[in-house]
Amino acid sequence: MAASPDPKALTIPTRRYVAGEPMVWLTAMGLTLSLTLVFFLLCVVVWNGLGVFWPSRVVEFSVDQGGKREVFLGIEIKRQLKRAPGKAGVNEIQIFTGNKENYNGQAFQYFDVSSITTRTPEGVMLVERMERGHAIGQPVELRIKGEAPLKADDAKFDSRLAQLISEVGHRREEIKSFEKGVIGRGAQEMKELEDEKRAMAATKRLDPARIKQIDEKIAELNKDFTDNLDPKRKALRAQQDDHQLVLKIASGEEKVISLGVVIDTVYPNKLSVIGQFGRFLRNAFLFVWEDPREANTEGGIFPAIVGTFVMTILMSVAVVPFGVLAAIYLREYAKQGLFVRIVRISVNNLAGVPSIVFGVFGLGFFVYIVGGSIDSFFYPGRPDPVFGTGAVLWASLTLALMTVPVVIVATEESIASVPRGMREGSLACGASKWQTIQRIVLPASIPGILTGLILAMARGAGEVAPLMLVGVVKLAPALPVGGDFPFLHLDYKFMHLGFHIYDVGFQSPDSEAAKPMVFATTLVLILLVLALNLSAIMIRERLRRKYATGAF
Amino acid sequence: MPAMTANDIKTSAPSVVSHAAGSGAPGVPDYISCRNYSFYYGPNKVLHEISLDIPERQVTAFIGPSGCGKSTLLRNFNRMNDLIDGVHHDGDIIVSGRTIYDPHLEVTSLRKRIGMVFQKSNPFPKSIYENIVYGLRVAGVNDKRVLDQCVEEALRGAALWDEAKDRLSASALGLSGGQQQRLCIARAIAVQPEILLMDEPCSALDPIATSKVEELILELKKSFTVVIVTHNMQQAARVSDRTALFYLGRLVEYDTTLKIFTNPSQKQTEDYITGRFG
Ligand SMILES: Nc1ncnc2c1ncn2[C@@H]1O[C@H](COP(=O)(O)OP(=O)(O)OP(=O)(O)O)[C@@H](O)[C@H]1O
Ligand SMILES: [Mg+2]
Repeated sequence: MAASPDPKALTIPTRRYVAGEPMVWLTAMGLTLSLTLVFFLLCVVVWNGLGVFWPSRVVEFSVDQGGKREVFLGIEIKRQLKRAPGKAGVNEIQIFTGNKENYNGQAFQYFDVSSITTRTPEGVMLVERMERGHAIGQPVELRIKGEAPLKADDAKFDSRLAQLISEVGHRREEIKSFEKGVIGRGAQEMKELEDEKRAMAATKRLDPARIKQIDEKIAELNKDFTDNLDPKRKALRAQQDDHQLVLKIASGEEKVISLGVVIDTVYPNKLSVIGQFGRFLRNAFLFVWEDPREANTEGGIFPAIVGTFVMTILMSVAVVPFGVLAAIYLREYAKQGLFVRIVRISVNNLAGVPSIVFGVFGLGFFVYIVGGSIDSFFYPGRPDPVFGTGAVLWASLTLALMTVPVVIVATEESIASVPRGMREGSLACGASKWQTIQRIVLPASIPGILTGLILAMARGAGEVAPLMLVGVVKLAPALPVGGDFPFLHLDYKFMHLGFHIYDVGFQSPDSEAAKPMVFATTLVLILLVLALNLSAIMIRERLRRKYATGAF
Repeated sequence: MPAMTANDIKTSAPSVVSHAAGSGAPGVPDYISCRNYSFYYGPNKVLHEISLDIPERQVTAFIGPSGCGKSTLLRNFNRMNDLIDGVHHDGDIIVSGRTIYDPHLEVTSLRKRIGMVFQKSNPFPKSIYENIVYGLRVAGVNDKRVLDQCVEEALRGAALWDEAKDRLSASALGLSGGQQQRLCIARAIAVQPEILLMDEPCSALDPIATSKVEELILELKKSFTVVIVTHNMQQAARVSDRTALFYLGRLVEYDTTLKIFTNPSQKQTEDYITGRFG
């Protein structure tokens, strides 16, 4: 070295580097970036998801359509810049007008922002219907069977309307329970009798007396249906159309709506902020509590929530024992060597296999082989498969298979991190290896196992692709829990929030109408996963505190 | 078990005991006896041809500089080193007349008879009560009365009863380091082993607790055989009947404590005891 440099100039940067300051900045930046992106995603979902339930004001838009003025009543959805190739961008507004049947089946309209003028009319009514989405218009009158029409400006109009709507609603429930209950039970009984006959034919053990008996019973059930049940149902249904609500839509046209399809009416422009908030809560509540309507684009998502929940729980129940047993063997009993190393690497790589591959495996193995065998063994002669088709059981097992590597890895790690001193202490007391594992190692590894479960649940609950092959449906006839004995129906098909998002967002005929549902459903799915994970985390923290290493 | 005398063992053993061997005192049978015992961690030979006989119902102290293999030898008496990969041994260790490497011998039953207190305290993440009854529970004892009585005796024995009697169901990990060590002693004596191996049991204890543990050791020796590793010369002199000095994996001298501390036959021993090396 020629000239020794100024020692001061050298020490300062070196010290800073040794203190790791640049690394602190780098790691902080990494964290900030990922947190910002995740936070942004969550904000988009929460904002759009919650926005669905907010009762916006209805505005009257008059649009200048080449000299001719047209009027629309609707809710502003958003403004955006429309770009056409070769032209300057145009500011465009999207309006929800409802009244699909009056606008060629479209519930949304787009206009140039520059061409419209707006006004907020007071007494506009928003009508929620069973069919064809919402209706928007000025109420005109109520046509009640056997009475003179009740005009909208009559003081009794609103209370009468509410009373009739609730009456209709009750009857709707009554029809539903009648059809599902009395009629459904008859149909079920008939099906069972047919199955019995078919099973007899399949096993070639024909009992003529029993067949005669069955035929008689079927005929009796058929007669009961045509003579009693069906007429009663028809009468109930006809009653639903007794009264009508007349609305005047923006174009001045009058529109008659049978009260049978009306779920609720509201004057959005008369709501106070508190009223709006109440409405918001009601909408959110109905969304999570109701069955879907109209190809899932309206109504709630209750069956999908239940389906996701049941499937995730079943998956956890299956994945934990398998994962833990495998990890114990790998870590405690298997001779550590090349073979175990290969197994471990394979298990880790299993997590990288595309989930659809697991779906295909689940379909081939669980559904066709296992389910098919169960069917041919326990349900011979059935025309429709029971377990030999997609079912919540097979979906859970498929996802359990997919997520088992996570549990194995987490369990192995936590078993390995149990201090050797603790094992030695146990062995020195005369405990056998298994007693040591069971009484010392496993309890101390539960927090780690739960971490694995949390990761597995988060991955499993959000998975869609494999489920499409092994049991998810667009619309399930019944929930996999509740109903009749045995209350948990492992052979049922089920609805799932992730699949619901895909179905509503990308498979529905009216994707614009479905968009808000997509956000709201995503929000619910995130909240559900969060709730499941939080409960696991709470258990884990309690156990952690119990097993925390003491102070020295 | 068949009572074997020191002579039986010696006549059946081919190796010649090179040092001042035997328990010395006539009528006291040898209980643990190492025959030309060597031990390897992988390729490292850490015990070199050790031969020594530990008599029954006496306290034997192992002393020597750090890393000389005291713990290793102690941990071989109950085959605790089996857990470590790649270890092997030459020679033999015989406990009450039977080799501990007998393939028909169940290691768990051996360990039930040979209790151990480790150099680093290792309480289980369970309550104080459950820690102490652990050995009984794994042996299948679940009678509440038996367990309760055993907990009290063991805690009194380990001088922990007064501090712990009101918090038996609290986690053992909430105890201080020294209390944890005494808990481990209580846990070891709760199963009433025939032999108690103690690896520096007092290294984390204050003088009062230390003297309590020493009292305990003197009490225990009435019914148990105790082997204690210690770095504290005074302690070795106070509690032990016989003392073995190790250096670099070799047994330097093994004799009665009185002789080792007053009139050692090896120069190395004298140097070590007077603090000139180690
Ligand atoms: N698990 C192990 N693997 C490999 N070598 C080991 C292991 N445990 C101990 N050793 C080595 O064996 C030798 C003896 O160790 P040991 O623990 O028996 O010493 P010690 O006499 O108990 O020392 P101290 O008084 O410090 O406790 C040391 O050189 C140590 O490095
Ligand atoms: Mg040691």
